[in-house]
Amino acid sequence: MSGVNDFAFRMATVNGTGSASSNSLLMQAIFRMGIPVTGKNIFPSNIQGLPTFYDIRVSKDGYTARPQEMDLVVTLNPSTYAKDVASVRKGGYLLYDSSWPLEPDLVREGITILGIPFGKMCVENFEGDRNRTLLRNIVYSGALAAFLSMDMEVVGQMLTEKFSKKKGLLDANRRAIQLGFDYAKSHFECPLPFHLDHMDATGDSIIIDGNSAAALGAVYAGATVGAWYPITPSTSLMEAFTSFCKKFRTEPETGLARYCIIQAEDELSAAGIAIGAGWAGVRAFTNTSGPGISLMQEFVGLAYYTEIPAVFFDIQRTGPSTGMPTRTQQADLMSLAYASHGDTKHIVLFPCNPEECFYMSVKAFDLADRFQTPVFVASDLDIGMNDWMCKRLQWDDSFRPDRGKCLTADELESVMKFSRYLDAEGDGIAARSLPGVHGHGAYFVRGSGHDKHGTYTEDADAYQEVVDRLARKFRLAATAVPAPEIHTVPGAEVGIVSLGGCHAAVLEAIDRLRDMGIVADYMRIRAFPFDAPVRAFLDSHAVTFVVEQNRDAQLRSLLAIETGKPRDEMIPVLDYGGMPLTAMSVVSAVSGHLPRPDTKRSPRKKRKVPA
Amino acid sequence: MTSITKPQVRHPGLKKNALGFTQRDYEGAMSTLCAGCGHDSVTAALVQACFELALPPHRAAKMSGIGCSSKTTAYFMRDSHGFNSVHGRMPSVTTGANAANRDLTYIGISGDGDSLSIGLGQFCHAIRRNVRMLYLIENNGVYGLTKGQFSASADVGSTSKKGETNVQPPIDPVLLALTLGATFVARGFSGDKAQLIPILKAGLSHNGLAMVDIISPCVTFNDHEGSTKSYKFTREHDVEISAADFVPLRREIKAPGTNEAISTVTMHDGSVVRFRKTHEGYDPTNREAAYAHVRACQQRDEVATGLLFIDEHGADMHAVWKTVATPLVDLTYEQLCPGDAALQALMEKYR
Ligand SMILES: Cc1ncc(C[n+]2csc(CCOP(=O)(O)OP(=O)(O)O)c2C)c(N)n1
Ligand code: SF4
Ligand SMILES: [Mg+2]
Repeated sequence: MSGVNDFAFRMATVNGTGSASSNSLLMQAIFRMGIPVTGKNIFPSNIQGLPTFYDIRVSKDGYTARPQEMDLVVTLNPSTYAKDVASVRKGGYLLYDSSWPLEPDLVREGITILGIPFGKMCVENFEGDRNRTLLRNIVYSGALAAFLSMDMEVVGQMLTEKFSKKKGLLDANRRAIQLGFDYAKSHFECPLPFHLDHMDATGDSIIIDGNSAAALGAVYAGATVGAWYPITPSTSLMEAFTSFCKKFRTEPETGLARYCIIQAEDELSAAGIAIGAGWAGVRAFTNTSGPGISLMQEFVGLAYYTEIPAVFFDIQRTGPSTGMPTRTQQADLMSLAYASHGDTKHIVLFPCNPEECFYMSVKAFDLADRFQTPVFVASDLDIGMNDWMCKRLQWDDSFRPDRGKCLTADELESVMKFSRYLDAEGDGIAARSLPGVHGHGAYFVRGSGHDKHGTYTEDADAYQEVVDRLARKFRLAATAVPAPEIHTVPGAEVGIVSLGGCHAAVLEAIDRLRDMGIVADYMRIRAFPFDAPVRAFLDSHAVTFVVEQNRDAQLRSLLAIETGKPRDEMIPVLDYGGMPLTAMSVVSAVSGHLPRPDTKRSPRKKRKVPA
Repeated sequence: MTSITKPQVRHPGLKKNALGFTQRDYEGAMSTLCAGCGHDSVTAALVQACFELALPPHRAAKMSGIGCSSKTTAYFMRDSHGFNSVHGRMPSVTTGANAANRDLTYIGISGDGDSLSIGLGQFCHAIRRNVRMLYLIENNGVYGLTKGQFSASADVGSTSKKGETNVQPPIDPVLLALTLGATFVARGFSGDKAQLIPILKAGLSHNGLAMVDIISPCVTFNDHEGSTKSYKFTREHDVEISAADFVPLRREIKAPGTNEAISTVTMHDGSVVRFRKTHEGYDPTNREAAYAHVRACQQRDEVATGLLFIDEHGADMHAVWKTVATPLVDLTYEQLCPGDAALQALMEKYR
């Protein structure tokens, strides 16, 4: 890293001071300059007053994983000065607010320290404490624009769009941006050695977070009932669904809602509402995170056994228990795959970025209807809440939802005895009937033991017949869920397996490993259950690494349990401290495990150092 | 949840309702409850109420949790959909179903364990949302299905079959529902069908959540001297505060046969509930008065029964959320999907 359009910088601020909007302004301006960019918000679990960091990575090559090193750190929070100074790479820059002197022990050899009196400038130019606090973010944004040679026309345009309805604010923001810009220009050599230069690489891209994209998917899938209980980091999914519904689902003639969103009293109730609605025939979902998933277990088993469709979005965060609510993880894999007591197995989808959140959200509703079962979408905080650059979303207007085997009134008219769980077509999926459609379709849903007709049973054979069919249905689902994404390179001896939000870092790591002479194939698991290609990939490499973000190697366990691949033949690469994965942590884990590719040949020299 | 198929015998001479159904058509599978269980009497009252209202069976949905009481959804209206869910969670499942299809008649059946212990939260919140449904608590003061432990509605001093005395104060679903803003609150007794049937009919026509607490003795575990939920105690201490007659839409309101004061409440569908105020000065449209009366009875060791409170102007869940009149389940995909043009316009906001 570190060059034109290839660097990273961090804003270290205090939450609740309005830095979030200036940070996304910076990111968006870079995006509009046509340069690939990613932002990672690392925020505390409180509302105001604690340290928060926003990392922006600029990558002409389109890498979107969290940056490993910071070329520039803007430190505005005295309580994190020490940490901020330490986080600057050797030869990098630190920008601080010189309204107050920097304590001598913060001065570090080997980095350049830049001071701008942001606070003082705001006091001199603006009225009111709140205004001054908010505009300080805009002043440092202006300075960054100068240091990084950001296109000021783009920045100005964005301010105009943002404050189009608030003239007073627009003027103040314009002045603040210019203040910072001019100060930097006149006091320092601008731009810095690493900076921005117009590109044309974001034309068909957007910047979006995974929760918004997933919510949009629910709208396009035709979901009408959403039930939830607030929990970070899933809350913004239902907030987005609400605003999209207001926009797209308001009946034009009456202003009435073609949707029903219910903030339930807890996650048990949210699950019950989604399942009740699914039973009554609409597409329904709930969104939550780990603690909510724990509460929903009993209901998930009910829906599995009584075969009711419902979609569950789990925006994973760091567990166990309350854990670290504003940090990311992939540690709910096992508890989703086998959620609830008794023999239960579920379809789980693993989107790797917001774009896939959109398409997989739609897919989840189709799968839930087709297989008449709960379907989980396992996203995480990094995907769900961070702004990602990804491909513009597209919609095929010929799409029609797959509602599965759902009998119409006409079809029911000729049915004399409806048997809810009869495998008439031999594919493990029985036809269902919806309440209110036709008298012939009436049946009794029971979570207690039932036979293929839906009648209560305590008979071993009649009970087993039904649960065996559920197992067959699940095997069929393995062929219908999104297939793994497999990248193969001729001559690769190493196989890397990963899933979800690790994708970006793993792709980058594979490039870096190749630079080092390690050629790796890659399989990204996109769904549970696994189909034959998964086992085939595991068997086709001498060494296989499984990269995931949890302590207990849960994906590896699932692979071992479900494919029969011996556990110990898969080397776990685990990262579970709560931060988004970086390429370097994968590179060092993988390379550290392998005999140096060059030891037999000429030692050391042939090895390329990662760029 | 056990049930035995009941042979369907046709009796040509049986009385038919407006839909051409006989009362038999509103029956369900054979009950597997203990002989004499109060819950079976409630089922019988429901069968009659639904028959008399001429409810189309396939447009009704029977919802329940887990317990002896919750099993009874299998024992009436065999041609209706039924949903025996999980313990204490019937209210949320019904909320979801109602959100999806507002046009069905929801009959929720629960027990005192189901609604006042494990499901207390869901009970309260369904009331808050005013989900349009009939909500019955078949209240016997015990957990019947798990063999007779005290429930949250057991009265202080009430004794169990094993001889233990309950010392914790009971939760009264009637007082709770009144406090929570329920728009229809009633109490009946499984042994008094004449009183119960009009209440059930009124509740089925109510435009919101109609909560009916029904004292329904458990003959196996809680119908003995010392139990306040026994037939004997209830017969001796039951005070009918306001008797209700239910007059469905388009039926002539006959002059009352008594000289007691009569008042009427018109339901949202045009049908009418008439009250005979057996208790002087009782006004079932006054929440505070209702609360005070129920409390006063309680202090006199009496059980207030009858239609205790009704507010026919409360907004139900759909009115509050301003959902369309068409049930969501009947909207077409074309009405729900904004299409690619709208998506592309939206994408500009993400650039
Ligand atoms: C989660 C859960 N915990 C416990 C039980 C066991 N259980 C079944 S019924 C019941 C009590 C039912 O009492 P009530 O609702 O009063 O019904 P009754 O049998 O008295 O009519 C209990 C505790 C269960 N089914 N589910
Ligand atoms: S145990 Fe009690 S509540 Fe259950 S069926 Fe028997 S009498 Fe009824
Ligand atoms: Mg009970």
